[in-house]
Amino acid sequence: MADIRQARKALVVRVLEGDGRASHTQRRAAFDNAGLAEPVSTLIQKVAMHAYKVTDEDFAAARTSGLSEDQIFEIVVCAAIGQATRQYEQALASLEAATRRN
Amino acid sequence: MRLAILDSGHGLGTKALFALIHAVSRQPVLDVIKLVKYRADFYGRPMQGVTQEAMRGPSAWSVGDRELMAALVAKTNACEWCTKAHTATAEGAYRNEAKVSAVLFDLETAPIDEPLRAMLRAVRKLTREHGVSTDDMRAVLEAGVSREQIEDALAVCFAFNTVARLADAFGFYAPGRKAFQAGAKYLLARGYR
Repeated sequence: MADIRQARKALVVRVLEGDGRASHTQRRAAFDNAGLAEPVSTLIQKVAMHAYKVTDEDFAAARTSGLSEDQIFEIVVCAAIGQATRQYEQALASLEAATRRN
Repeated sequence: MRLAILDSGHGLGTKALFALIHAVSRQPVLDVIKLVKYRADFYGRPMQGVTQEAMRGPSAWSVGDRELMAALVAKTNACEWCTKAHTATAEGAYRNEAKVSAVLFDLETAPIDEPLRAMLRAVRKLTREHGVSTDDMRAVLEAGVSREQIEDALAVCFAFNTVARLADAFGFYAPGRKAFQAGAKYLLARGYR
């Protein structure tokens, strides 16, 4: 069986707790898709829920709010990993429940 | 791409590598490569560890099955770039274009085994609805898919639910079919390292 547990944990720890240009608080908020102010909250909400709707204007607004390109890079990465993580953990919990009752 | 740093913010060594890739493949360097090579210690390298294990690690699913799952995750996310990339890779792995097209067109009528179909239904639902129920998972188990196989498929979902979001958010440029086929050939020969 493929085992991504360690590699996935290392990825999450790296983007949330390692060195970066965005603050740890900003990265965590993007990962959680919670606690961000406009206009960044709109960008991050789109990345998490329907990334195909992200526009050039969303990025322009994030820049205008004072974020550098590196900071935007980091928080978008965190938002994508955060939503994929919630999906993954929810599905594993459902699998665990299904296996237990079998 | 929407961030200039992802297009041209790489170090000189990486830029030289891109020039080499372009010279050898005679195709543009794919935006996904530019993404994973930009400040690779932040995202690219740790993510490649996850993706390599999910897509090429030991599994009862074949490489083609996992590439097909990736293509379905991409399509369900409405991510054109990743759909094209992993459709090409699944076609190459299976050596069967019709099978991949059939699954992406209509999962219910595609000529595939029932365990894979059941797994793909759950992959699609997890991606579309951001979750699956206990009953959904039980249906996959009852179709003959092992718990380990389901975990393997969920690992593929994790990787491509991340990558598809980044492709769309950063605005990956979709090149022609030949570039995706060259990328697919590389992924089948070398994996995601």
